[in-house]
Amino acid sequence: MAYALQQLINGVALGMIYGLIAVGYTMVYGIIGMINFAHGDIFMVGAFVSLISFVLLSTGGWAAGPGAVLLVLLISMAITALYGWSVERIAYRPLRGSFRLAPLISAIGMSIVLQNFVQVSQGARAKPIEPIITGSVELWHGNGFAVSVSSMQLVIVVVTLAVLAVFTWMVTRTRLGRAMRACEQDRKMAGLLGIDTDRTISITFVIGAALAAVAGTLYLLRYGLADFFMGFIVGVKAFTAAVLGGVGSLPGALLGGLLIGLIETMWSAYAGQDMFLLRELNPAYKDVAAFAILIATLIFLPSGLLGRAEVEKV
Amino acid sequence: MSAPILPARNAPILQVRELLMRFGGLTAVNRVSFDAMAGDITAVIGPNGAGKTTVFNLITGFYKPSGGEIVLNGPGGPKPLHATVGHRIAQAGVARTFQNIRLFPGMTVLENLLVAQHNTLQAATFFGIGAAFGLGRYRQAEREAVALARRWLEATRLLDRADDPAGALPYGAQRRLEIARAMCTNPVLLCLDEPAAGLNPRESEELAELIQLIRAQGCSILLIEHDMGVVMRISDRVVVLDHGVKIADGTPAEVRADERVIAAYLGEGDEDDVPAAPVEGAA
Repeated sequence: MAYALQQLINGVALGMIYGLIAVGYTMVYGIIGMINFAHGDIFMVGAFVSLISFVLLSTGGWAAGPGAVLLVLLISMAITALYGWSVERIAYRPLRGSFRLAPLISAIGMSIVLQNFVQVSQGARAKPIEPIITGSVELWHGNGFAVSVSSMQLVIVVVTLAVLAVFTWMVTRTRLGRAMRACEQDRKMAGLLGIDTDRTISITFVIGAALAAVAGTLYLLRYGLADFFMGFIVGVKAFTAAVLGGVGSLPGALLGGLLIGLIETMWSAYAGQDMFLLRELNPAYKDVAAFAILIATLIFLPSGLLGRAEVEKV
Repeated sequence: MSAPILPARNAPILQVRELLMRFGGLTAVNRVSFDAMAGDITAVIGPNGAGKTTVFNLITGFYKPSGGEIVLNGPGGPKPLHATVGHRIAQAGVARTFQNIRLFPGMTVLENLLVAQHNTLQAATFFGIGAAFGLGRYRQAEREAVALARRWLEATRLLDRADDPAGALPYGAQRRLEIARAMCTNPVLLCLDEPAAGLNPRESEELAELIQLIRAQGCSILLIEHDMGVVMRISDRVVVLDHGVKIADGTPAEVRADERVIAAYLGEGDEDDVPAAPVEGAA
């Protein structure tokens, strides 16, 4: 029981990170109908910008307190947003109005470009940072097993919820959000009403990249490592989360992220344990579990848990 | 409602010159020229496939013309619409509705009207930057936008549905909402594409009244309509297209008496009377 509770906490913290990235996938899909396969690499860039900022701050003699973390978070969001904007401007906007697969292929190209750029400029080895947020709170002690929440996990949950609350307010309450929703529903019509649709799409990429930067920073702080290839597997899992929640649905992206995080954590925690069928399973196959869910969702629930079913307009 | 500075009445608000549109080998619009006068209701009629909607799509920037000019004499002086793209056409003062309704179905009725005021709102707060510094101005601009939306909701009798999703309204109400939304962009020229399609006689009657109300506010109107009762009663001027060519242009009475118009509609008369271009089936 205590063990399960601990895994639940671990899973939620991981799921929040997937959720933040999944929101970026789902927003871009909603507004221009393409899957931005470079989004995972934008997350990786966010982690690297944070890494570099942390190193610079610590050589500059800044104590690694909450202020430093917040500053790094903001720097990472700003610079990564610039990457997101550039990716859209360079690789997707010139292809708007082209055939549907063109921006998709261009996205894969952009993903390779970003990975190689970071590999060449930062080196291929994984870069560690020292733990910055340490300590934990013991919640409950049962059957010789302590259930605890690390400060890092608390930070992940609090930061994610705060960022998503601001984001939700922006989409539902501000005129920018209104313009974004209008573009999502009928881009041509939004243009006819005087909304600059190219600008709205750029802003969407900027916001998606900023959220990915938050995820990248949190991931770096939690696992203490960044490498140029980290965006691939995390990106694909976040994409799975977006599909599971329903591509185009913002609450769905967070829900999907939480579910993928929980499934992955539970698989690692219980596969191979000596009970029932579990002893047949291998904990190393946690990624297989996540992707089996992607396949099952695509087959049995193509519009996802919270997605709208596509209704043909007449 | 806000009254834009307009050219004097009986000066053209829209000048269409030698407008040409080819789709591959099809000539959907063949050197059409006409004027729409400021403060007038100008109707564009013609049988199916005459090229009416194509003309609308050219005026509102959906298509780029193969040749010719479209000039809007708006408050900012003459503006060549044929060389203006996307959202700048709305900013120049042209709004339109569609034959098949294109609301934002997932947004509320009020939100549909606020989206249409995005430009005005952005300009009022220095393109959103002001929102970060002066929230007061932002809120005030938003309140003004809601007030304008409210006035058009009253004019279209949709006030009690303001918070419902637009997609949930009945058909006739959606048509009225589309017109209200177009008017919230503060246009000098409103292009209505078959606004009476699918309406019952009472609803068409109300629509005619709404169109006249809009005209009375100082907005010029360009109208595509099949309901001849509505067209003949409210139009100041009628332009008749057939097979992409203009075959008549005048007051409703003149057009009604025109032999070529009668021939085009009824398929009578000598083949030579109808200047048929090879455009079967063009929009």
